[in-house]
Amino acid sequence: MDFFVGHYNYWIFVFLMMLGFYVVVARGNLVKKIIGLNIFQASVFLLYISIGKVFGGTAPIIIEGAGGSPVTYSNPLPHVLILTAIVVGVATTALGLSLVIRINEAYGTIEEDEISEMDLEP
Amino acid sequence: MRHHIILRVVAKLSIPFIMLYALYVQFHGDFGPGGGFQAGVIFGAAFILYALIFGLDNALKVAPMNVVTFFISIGLLLYAGVGVAALFYGGQFLDYGVLASDSVSGQHLGILLVELGVGITVAAVMIAIFFTFADRGR
Amino acid sequence: MINIVLLAFLAIISLAIVRIRNLFAVVMLGGIYSLLMASIFVILDAVDVAFTEVAVGAGISTILMLGTLALTTSREKIPMHTPLLPLIVTFITGAMLVYGTWDIPAFGDASAPANLHVAPYYLERSMVETGVPNVVTAVLASYRGYDTLGELTVIFTAGIGVLLLLGRRRETPASASEQKVAASGGTGRSDPGKETASDDGGSASKGSAT
Repeated sequence: MDFFVGHYNYWIFVFLMMLGFYVVVARGNLVKKIIGLNIFQASVFLLYISIGKVFGGTAPIIIEGAGGSPVTYSNPLPHVLILTAIVVGVATTALGLSLVIRINEAYGTIEEDEISEMDLEP
Repeated sequence: MRHHIILRVVAKLSIPFIMLYALYVQFHGDFGPGGGFQAGVIFGAAFILYALIFGLDNALKVAPMNVVTFFISIGLLLYAGVGVAALFYGGQFLDYGVLASDSVSGQHLGILLVELGVGITVAAVMIAIFFTFADRGR
Repeated sequence: MINIVLLAFLAIISLAIVRIRNLFAVVMLGGIYSLLMASIFVILDAVDVAFTEVAVGAGISTILMLGTLALTTSREKIPMHTPLLPLIVTFITGAMLVYGTWDIPAFGDASAPANLHVAPYYLERSMVETGVPNVVTAVLASYRGYDTLGELTVIFTAGIGVLLLLGRRRETPASASEQKVAASGGTGRSDPGKETASDDGGSASKGSAT
C-alpha cells in the first residue's frame, strides 16, 4: 500500500505521456500532432518536478527560519532544467506552426494522408 | 475592433500596468519567483494585446519590424558581452566575480545584466513571431 | 500528496483533446491543460516553473495556435480506419515505462539520490557566494549560466526561423501552382531554353505578387 501511495502519481504521468504519444502517432491532422507533442512534453515536465519534491519543504527561496531553525527546501535543480525545457518547447511549437502554415499554402490541406497522396502522384 | 468600446477602454487602461508588471517581475527575479523569461513573455503579451485590439497597422507603427528585429539581437549580444567582458577583466568566460570590486556584488551585477538580456530577447521574439503570423493572413 | 482532483481533471482533459475533432475547442482545452499544470507545479513547490508555464503555455502557445487555425482549416478529418498498430505500440511503451518507474524512490523522499548530490551545495552556498535569495535564479544565471546562454540562442534561432519562413509576402495560389507546374515540367529535361522560360515565368509571378 505504501508502494502504491508513493508511486501512483508517476503512473498517472506515464498515462498522460502515452495519451500525447498516441495523438502524435495516430492522428493525421498536423496541428493536432503539435498539440499532442505539447501534452507529451508537459507530462514529462510533471514527472521531473515531482521527483524533486521533498515532504515538508517549501519553495527554494532562501528565507529566515523561525528562531534560527533550519528550513527544508525542495530541490531547485529540476526547476532549472524544466524552465529551460519549457522555453525550448515553445520555440519548437512556434517553428512547427509556421511550417504547418507553409505546408497549407503549398498543398491546400493539413491532413497527412492527403499530403502524401499529392506527393506520390506523378 | 473599432466599435467595441469596452474592449478598447479596458485595453488602454491595462496595457501600461502589464508593462509595469513585466518590469517588476524582471527586476525582482532575485528575491521572489520571476526572472528574465517570464518578464519577457509578459512584456510581449502587452504588445500583442495592443495589436489585437487596435489593429496590426497601428501596432506596426508603434513597434516597426526592423526595430523589433534589432532588439532580438541586442539581448543575445548583451548576454555574450557580459561573458566576454569577464574575459577582459581577467577571469574566465561568464565568471561574474571579477566584474566589480568584490565577488558578491560582481555576481549580483552579472546576474542582473544577464537576466536583462534574456528579457529583452524573449520579449522581442514573442512580438516578432506574433506580428509575422498576423501579417501572413492579411 | 498531489491533489487527486487536479490529476483527474488533467486526465479527463487529455482524453477530450484526443477525441474532439473541432480544433478550436482542442486549442482552448490545451490552454486549460496548461493552467492545471501550473496549479500542480505550485503544489509541488515549483513557483518559478509555474510562472513560466502559465505565461508560455496558456498565453503564447494558445495565441500562436489560434493564429495558425485562422490561416488553415479548423476541423479535423474523420479517421478512416481504427489505428490498431499505434494503439499496440502505445500500450507496449506505457508498460515499459511503468516497469521503469518501479525502482524510482517514493514520492517526496528527502533521502532520494536526486536530492543528495549537488542540491544541498546550491542551497547552502548560493546566498554566500551570489547574495541572491532565489536559488533557481542563482543557479540559472550564475552556476549554470552557460546553459542559459544556449537556451537564449535557441529562442533567437526560433525567432529568426519564423521570420525566414513567413517573412516574405505570401504568393497568390495562382502563381504558386504555376511555379509548381513549371518546376515539374522543367526537371528531367535538360533543355536550357525551356528552363529559362520557366525561370522567367517564376520570377515574373513573384514580382507581381510583392
